[in-house]
Amino acid sequence: MTDNIFDMGDIDISWCPGCGDYSILKTLKDALVELDIKPEHLVMVSGIGQAAKMPQYLKCNYFNGLHGRSLPAAWAIKSTNPELVVIAESGDGCTYGEGGNHLIHTIRRNPNITNFVHNNMIYGLTKGQASPTSQMGMKTAVQVDGVILNPFNPLSFAIGLDASFVARTFAGDQKHMKGIMKKAITHKGYALVDILQPCVSFNKINTYKWFSDRVYYLESSHDPTNQLEALKRASETDKFPLGIFYIKEKPTFEENHDIYQKSKEPLYKRKRDLKKIKEKFL
Amino acid sequence: MSSFSLENKKDISIVLCGAAGQGIKTVEQFLTQVLFEEGYNVAATKEYMSRVRGGTNSTEIRVSSTRVSAFVDRIDIFIPLNKTAIARQRRRISEDTIIIGEPEFIENELDIEKYKIIEIPWTKIAEEIGNRLYSNVIAAGVIAGLFNINKELGKDFLRKRFATKGEQVIQNNFNAFMKGIQIADEIIEEKGLKISLEKTKITNDSQMNKEIIYNGAEMIGLGAIAGGCNFICSYPMSPSTSVLIFLANHSDDFAILVEQAEDEIAAINASIGASYAGARAFVTTSGGGFALMGEGLSLSGIIEAPIVIHIAQRPGPATGLPTRTEQGDLELALYSGHGDFPRILFAPGTLEDAFYISQQAFNLADKFQTPVIILTDQFFMDLYYNFPNLDISNIKIENNVIETNKSYQRYKLTENGISPRGIPGYGKGLVRADSDEHDEDGFITEDLDLTRIQMVEKRFKKLEEIKKNVIAPELVGKEDFETLVIGWGSTYTAIKEAIEELQNKKIAFLHFKQLYPLHPKTTEYLEKAKNRIIIENNATSQFGKLIRLTTGIDIEHKILKFNGMPFSVEELVEKIRKIVEA
Repeated sequence: MTDNIFDMGDIDISWCPGCGDYSILKTLKDALVELDIKPEHLVMVSGIGQAAKMPQYLKCNYFNGLHGRSLPAAWAIKSTNPELVVIAESGDGCTYGEGGNHLIHTIRRNPNITNFVHNNMIYGLTKGQASPTSQMGMKTAVQVDGVILNPFNPLSFAIGLDASFVARTFAGDQKHMKGIMKKAITHKGYALVDILQPCVSFNKINTYKWFSDRVYYLESSHDPTNQLEALKRASETDKFPLGIFYIKEKPTFEENHDIYQKSKEPLYKRKRDLKKIKEKFL
Repeated sequence: MSSFSLENKKDISIVLCGAAGQGIKTVEQFLTQVLFEEGYNVAATKEYMSRVRGGTNSTEIRVSSTRVSAFVDRIDIFIPLNKTAIARQRRRISEDTIIIGEPEFIENELDIEKYKIIEIPWTKIAEEIGNRLYSNVIAAGVIAGLFNINKELGKDFLRKRFATKGEQVIQNNFNAFMKGIQIADEIIEEKGLKISLEKTKITNDSQMNKEIIYNGAEMIGLGAIAGGCNFICSYPMSPSTSVLIFLANHSDDFAILVEQAEDEIAAINASIGASYAGARAFVTTSGGGFALMGEGLSLSGIIEAPIVIHIAQRPGPATGLPTRTEQGDLELALYSGHGDFPRILFAPGTLEDAFYISQQAFNLADKFQTPVIILTDQFFMDLYYNFPNLDISNIKIENNVIETNKSYQRYKLTENGISPRGIPGYGKGLVRADSDEHDEDGFITEDLDLTRIQMVEKRFKKLEEIKKNVIAPELVGKEDFETLVIGWGSTYTAIKEAIEELQNKKIAFLHFKQLYPLHPKTTEYLEKAKNRIIIENNATSQFGKLIRLTTGIDIEHKILKFNGMPFSVEELVEKIRKIVEA
């Protein structure tokens, strides 16, 4: 796939061979091309972790900030310049652990951004400790007697907060993933996509086979505007339904904010009138 | 009991003291405004407890024939508004203090034979007017009457203040105010309480008419507006919130994106994100909030995103004294953020400084693509006085954002370390910002021997550039001093007035508005002095330590205060005199 405009060519990628991240990267690039998004209009925002290295491997603008802090940077970039396409992409540790508080309030803010979360149920970059989504009982170098915390359920959490778009897909199913990615990017408002993804190096429990045995598609009859039904489906934990769980159309942060009521111009294009300071204050 | 006359005073200090929620602020705003409009110089400071109702808070209003801007201990007229007021301010009340107030707030606290007391049952009088709430306006009327204020000025204020409350409320306030004036006339008549402060005749072109009156928070905020600030994301924290409120109130007029963050970590990261996308971004916080921003500060350092951070200091550690003042966060501001990267640190001493420094901070952040920190404190946030109107004719918003081309590199190595600043979406280039060490394109690198070294050096070349434009410390006094008093930030007004009062030509005062990098002339000034005194509103002389680190000079005399209150002019006069005379 060398004709993809987001392709970086022959670069050194730091992911392990067989990592689900490769499939997510390829699918994202294809989705972006199909949506006719231009690299100079795209800003990829990430935190820290293996998933957070994603922006390095796409030809686009990026802001690779601090661990857990992709969302504050992402909504601020979008609201500073709404003409940009902003995608925040990080892992489960970064988004659901370190950045948990920002997740709550970004859902409340509802900026028009997309959030792809690689959920491999383990910390990869720090070599195999429990993540917020690790299953109970998983033994690691730190959780030597097994995880005793309940796993975080990002979908029921986001649906409960009335997030604008909540979906799940699986890195082992590129076709499904691409469809969900395109819908999430074009959705107006904050779109959370939890991407189930095996970690071939550190997670020996939640493997490709483990996920493949447990995933299935939400039926076409599923009504994504029904919050209670969405919650019910999101709370399934023995099997993992894939698809769009919940959609709530509502005004975005940028649409609601005063700053864009009189003018739609990005902040950098606006000029401050110093004479007005004299008139009003001096 | 001696005379009640205040005739020989050039400067009168009025202190109002009462519970939170009692409306002291209204009286303070009323008096400062009408006294200023009448032609007097005024300065107001306040101290308050960390509570929404109750407690004992006070406001000091100095009324003077000459410009005033510092806090004094002395109280010439004291207005107790609750039972605890006298006990709380007991140390400052002398036999010369005239106490005007409710009998029950006075009689249990003081030997009424020994003090100058004027008892007025305002609550009862207020109830006759319609509501005990009017007692504050009666008190304001009494003070206004003592200063022989044009009644129309008072009425204008009340009319504007209560415009939304309906005609009856306005009329009741007028009645309360006029009742106060009448009481003042009786006091003047019966007690001989005369005030003969010189005031300026206000005409259309008199100097006084061109003066303005604002507080520290407003001047920091207005400076930010004049610096082109168009994005502020912060989390409320006393005493910094007033800057956020000021910008929110003017966000519509000046197109400022204001957002209250979920926490300080979000605030700094959002502001840096906005800066990356081309905003002129600002955060306002206090020490505890800034502590949470440490990692973000470091992020701004490595990705070279311009950011201006205002820290209104309050005493720590931890929650400390939330509504009090201190200069205890200099070292935090100086050393916060892991790793080495350049920064700029300011601390305004006057309200004019606050405006120009805040304005300039945005240009410097933009030019050097580095964090700029402004340190103020509770005292400074709440301090206000009249001062000559600001000249903004030479002010420019310097914008260094360029339109990128295809070969754009965000971290291009240049002679002075400053890479042309592109932003995403403006031009054909791609803008890659990375918190990892990166190469000129912004890609993560582990090239330790070349790229890492080049990037660290690049960032520090900017510091060399910054050093070329440091604000020189201001010398108050003569160059041939023997004793040099050193201070920084908000202590300026009290130290300056103390030095003037000492009338010792051999004492000079060196005030620093820029703390980092330190001005190269610092050593020269310090070496010239036979005797050096540093004055700081903290426990360990944090600035003294920075001076020693930079110049090798250990300042022998320290006047330090860390009880949560600002320095008063009197205590500085006494302490400086003691050191000089020893």
